[in-house]
Amino acid sequence: MNEIVPVVEMTDIAIGFPGVKALDGVDFRLFQGEVHSLMGENGAGKSTLIKALTGVYTIDSGAITVLGEPQRFSTPGESQAAGISTVYQEVNLCPNLTVEENVLLGREPRRRGSIDWKDVRSRTREVLAELQLDHIDPGSLLSTHSIAVQQLIAIARSVEINAKVLILDEPTSSLDADEVNQLFRVIRDLRDRGVAILFVSHFLEQVYEISDRMTVLRNGKLVGEYLTRDLSRMSLISKMIGKDMEALAELDQAPARTRAGSGAGATPFIEAQGLGRKGSVSNVDLAIYPGEVVGLAGLLGAGRTEIARLFFGADKADEGSIKVKGASQKIRSPRAAIDKRIGFCSEDRKEEGLIGDLTVRDNLVLAMQASKGWARRIPRRVQDELVAEYIEALDIRPANPDALIRNLSGGNQQKVLLARWLVTHPELLILDEPTRGIDIGAKTQIQKLVNKLAADGMSILFISSELEEVLRVSDRVAVIKDRAMVAEINNDGVSVEDVMTVIAGGAQ
Amino acid sequence: MKSLLKHRLAWPVIALAALLLLNQIFRPDFLGLRMQDGHLYGSLIDIMRNGAPTILIALGMTLVIATRGIDLSVGAVVAIAGAASCAYIAASPDPGSPVTAATAVLIAVVAGLALGVWNGFLVSTIGVQPIIATLVLMTAGRGVAQLITGGQIISVSNDHYKSIGAGYLFTLPISILITAAVFALAAVLTRRTALGTLIEAVGINPVASRLAGLRARNIIWIVYIFSAVCAAIAGLMISSNVTAADANNAGLYIEMDAILAVVIGGTSLAGGRYTLVGTVVGAFIIQTLTTTVYTLGIPPEVTLVFKALVVITVCLLQAPKARNLLNRLKAAPKPAAKEAAKEKVAI
Ligand SMILES: Nc1ncnc2c1ncn2[C@@H]1O[C@H](COP(=O)(O)OP(=O)(O)OP(=O)(O)O)[C@@H](O)[C@H]1O
Ligand SMILES: [Mg+2]
Repeated sequence: MNEIVPVVEMTDIAIGFPGVKALDGVDFRLFQGEVHSLMGENGAGKSTLIKALTGVYTIDSGAITVLGEPQRFSTPGESQAAGISTVYQEVNLCPNLTVEENVLLGREPRRRGSIDWKDVRSRTREVLAELQLDHIDPGSLLSTHSIAVQQLIAIARSVEINAKVLILDEPTSSLDADEVNQLFRVIRDLRDRGVAILFVSHFLEQVYEISDRMTVLRNGKLVGEYLTRDLSRMSLISKMIGKDMEALAELDQAPARTRAGSGAGATPFIEAQGLGRKGSVSNVDLAIYPGEVVGLAGLLGAGRTEIARLFFGADKADEGSIKVKGASQKIRSPRAAIDKRIGFCSEDRKEEGLIGDLTVRDNLVLAMQASKGWARRIPRRVQDELVAEYIEALDIRPANPDALIRNLSGGNQQKVLLARWLVTHPELLILDEPTRGIDIGAKTQIQKLVNKLAADGMSILFISSELEEVLRVSDRVAVIKDRAMVAEINNDGVSVEDVMTVIAGGAQ
Repeated sequence: MKSLLKHRLAWPVIALAALLLLNQIFRPDFLGLRMQDGHLYGSLIDIMRNGAPTILIALGMTLVIATRGIDLSVGAVVAIAGAASCAYIAASPDPGSPVTAATAVLIAVVAGLALGVWNGFLVSTIGVQPIIATLVLMTAGRGVAQLITGGQIISVSNDHYKSIGAGYLFTLPISILITAAVFALAAVLTRRTALGTLIEAVGINPVASRLAGLRARNIIWIVYIFSAVCAAIAGLMISSNVTAADANNAGLYIEMDAILAVVIGGTSLAGGRYTLVGTVVGAFIIQTLTTTVYTLGIPPEVTLVFKALVVITVCLLQAPKARNLLNRLKAAPKPAAKEAAKEKVAI
């Protein structure tokens, strides 16, 4: 394989931002017909390397060769023209256009000056069929499809362009198991047709399942390039975090929950009865006791986030009732929920979490400041102490309170948002996909943290697409299906399969 | 030097300096200041004094714009404030007394407060788009001012009232001192409390701000009230300077100058991060432009075009796209330096 010329060859790449060397002397190559995983901790420089290749960032030094031609991209357009196509985690298509318009956007076939819609339709049908995605209606609006399908459509677009290189930056972080399988089928299909695929994910299982080769980065530097079959998981992890095997033992999985959280006769912190909202979810009966972790399990779109939003007042419930500490309450707004000591860490980091142009410090103390009101500013000294404490506790990098949060890597942004709620010391913390996009070291760390918070008496509602993670941290699991709660399972040694059966059957 | 150029205030300050220099070349005494009867005189003082109402209004506008809003009603508020205070003075039994002047000021400020509450109510509680909500008052407001003045220009003679716009204190025009005081107040109020950060948070990402528990409604209310009060004070200055209330022409198009000052100063109309200092520089640029037009003897027909050119230039220099282009023109493609000495783990 090594005799062939690589499709992409990046040599000695360096990119610096004020105060950070995001990439420093990194080499990377990508061959035709392979799936190549880029691995590294949060902030290692994976997304930056991708952005160098796609022309979003201009490189400070180094060389990029695509298909044997030296290139120096300074806009995404130039990189696309050279045959590189990228699918980001936040799908970069137009939600208010149809599937076919998105697939052919900017390259619509024309006849006598105007768009030939018949041809648009047939060409879209063709690519979708090629990828065995015939069930998608080319005339439907993009926004009517799930994120997973939107991603597949973005891939269809790159097939239509005839891309030689397909880059997928954390495409699977919001997909469920079936959707991942479907995505992988398409990826393999493209690989077999000679497309070079660059894949980024923090799920080691997936990385081992799909990739042929890996490149590991650490702190902006190249650690090495390996064949997947030659590298054991343990050594991969130790290369990523730069510690040897012994230190790794410490990082072992968070202990499974053993405690039964609810003491008989105790009052739940929060109790919902018949809670629902028209057009959203209905009939939610759920109680969470102090010191208890309740997990929500269900497929994507089952209504997990909707339930979380009702508990937090982000959406108003129009059926049922909520009791907080035994007293009937109406939670009409997030602010009302926060006043009752409830916190909610949204799954949609970019739209519902980050205040991009503000600093890490401002973002971290935002919820606390908001509940104090604008007139009582948290003194700078207190802010600095809090921020330093959580930067250290969650290992947020760079450890610079004055960095703009939009410049942090995805995983580190997530940690700041988590910290935003931790500083408010809520009694109920709702975590919607708290480990999405977080590297495996930090993930265990967060799971342990959830454990510890519960041990200290906090109630936690934990939502994750990873069933295995839900089972690891929760005392109890509520199963959500088709926008209603269908079962509640005590987590005393249930397996992922057991829960899957309930989800599939909907049986009690 | 390079990093100084990257500062967000760099271009506005350079533009202002260039304009002043241009004037100095054509009129060598331009930058000079002289003392006469214990008052400071000179073109710079004139620029500041004439610009004072615009600066005031632009300060309020900056905070409104930072929340993703806009306040088109400021000109109408100027007219209402001037009309209310002058009508009161004219109708009072003792039109020359300091108490009358003080009451007139109070009336104008309270009127501004009430109008700000109205705008804030429409935007934050009813949820009307800011541009529409303030358009209501922009058009209706002048009518209200005319009702107050009875369609006439009301002239007043009250020396205390006159001093707001035309008087001196500590060698400086009082209007400059008032403006400086409001600027200091705004700066302290927003940066010593959490108001500034929360305003920016609402402007940058309203959805995330709401989920973090921010009471956006209160914040929006505060900025519209502040904007209207600033406009009312500007209205006092303008009417006091000419000792008359003109419901039709007082503060006409001043919202345009204020919005321009904000944008030139570097605060984006998209909301979010704002700079009060930038706004002041922006307002100075606009005022200096007007002066420059006279200095250079540019015919009045060309004035607007000339203004437009300067404004476009400054805005362009701030646009990220134009900056990238500039940077790329400057940085000719350098050959990829390939230094040796890389340590790597071999496969
Ligand atoms: N525009 C920017 N300005 C300043 N620093 C930046 C910018 N973009 C990235 N960085 C920094 O560069 C480093 C690498 O970030 P990058 O996003 O490439 O990490 P990553 O490997 O993709 O991490 P993750 O797994 O969390 O997504 C981080 O320290 C980040 O803070
Ligand atoms: Mg990344």
